Amino acid sequence: MRSLSASGPASRTTTQTNADRPRGPGLAIYFLVGLAFGVILVKGEVISWFRIQEMFRFQGFHMFGIFMTALPVAILSVQFLKRTGARTTTGARITLPPKKLGSGVRYLAGGSVFGLGWALTGACPGPLFALLGSGVGVIAVAIVSALAGTWLYGWMRPRLPH
Amino acid sequence: MPDWLRDPWPWYVAGPLLGLIAPLLLWLDNKLFGISSNLRHVCAAILPGRMDYFRYDWRREGGWNLAFALGIVAGGYLAGNLLANPEPVGISTLTRATLTRLGVTDFSGLVPADHFAWVNLLSLQGLVLIVGGGLLVGFGTAWAGGCTSGHGITGVADLQPASFLALIGFFAGGIAATFLVLPWLMGSGT
Repeated sequence: MRSLSASGPASRTTTQTNADRPRGPGLAIYFLVGLAFGVILVKGEVISWFRIQEMFRFQGFHMFGIFMTALPVAILSVQFLKRTGARTTTGARITLPPKKLGSGVRYLAGGSVFGLGWALTGACPGPLFALLGSGVGVIAVAIVSALAGTWLYGWMRPRLPH
Repeated sequence: MPDWLRDPWPWYVAGPLLGLIAPLLLWLDNKLFGISSNLRHVCAAILPGRMDYFRYDWRREGGWNLAFALGIVAGGYLAGNLLANPEPVGISTLTRATLTRLGVTDFSGLVPADHFAWVNLLSLQGLVLIVGGGLLVGFGTAWAGGCTSGHGITGVADLQPASFLALIGFFAGGIAATFLVLPWLMGSGT
């Protein structure tokens, strides 16, 4: 339990909002970045069940092209920010907390469970929200199910390997 | 409306743009790009129970991310309605043929409309696709500590071994569901 609570996604960010440094950007800014992300997900057809099927069947290049361009851009820009000692808009050093590797079981097993769901719904969490916005109303049920799944994990966590 | 706003964006436009979200959030305020954390934040907000996992200051940790998620919904609305592509998604003819064999008839939208309809929740197939799929997404991302964004992009961009493992898991699970579960669920073809 001790080590687990230190590796959760929320606890990673605890040190980032200290009261003794300038306040970061307002929620409206994050809303707008999210909006841009949502538009890209839809226009890039990343939220399409059809595209996800094409990807998992290795029958088309589109999704792989997206990963093969998104990842180099993300890797180069994030490494640049880290290695040049770049600062955030509030003047803090840019840092990414390392993810505890441990036995790796949680990443392989949890990742596989998520992968099953990704192929069934055709959507990972970002696209679930984008699909809802785009007008596929029944996706609200998938989001509620995803919340139930996350809650179930919280409940079973002490008994799961990590 | 200009064509580029209505037409779908090719991978070499959408991919690099997606890759810029993680550095942008880091630059804004050291925020880690990752959507599945929001599922945890919502659980922490509405039903934390006695679980340590859900007992933290979700407003402080996740307020920005919940605003980000609401932004995704708004972006989905904008792009899916005002900027909607009138044409079917241009998947490969092979995929179209495979999915036709699996009983997909409506290729007009972003998702197969017959399968992602409210009435389909009354069938086993709809329950597995929508309710079961959602449950697995929520459980799996929580267990793995991230999804396609948190591990697939942010973690990989930071060259974290854990995230490369998670990516392997994502594809292993996705391929298993595609070739083992979907044929059984949707029809007899493969």
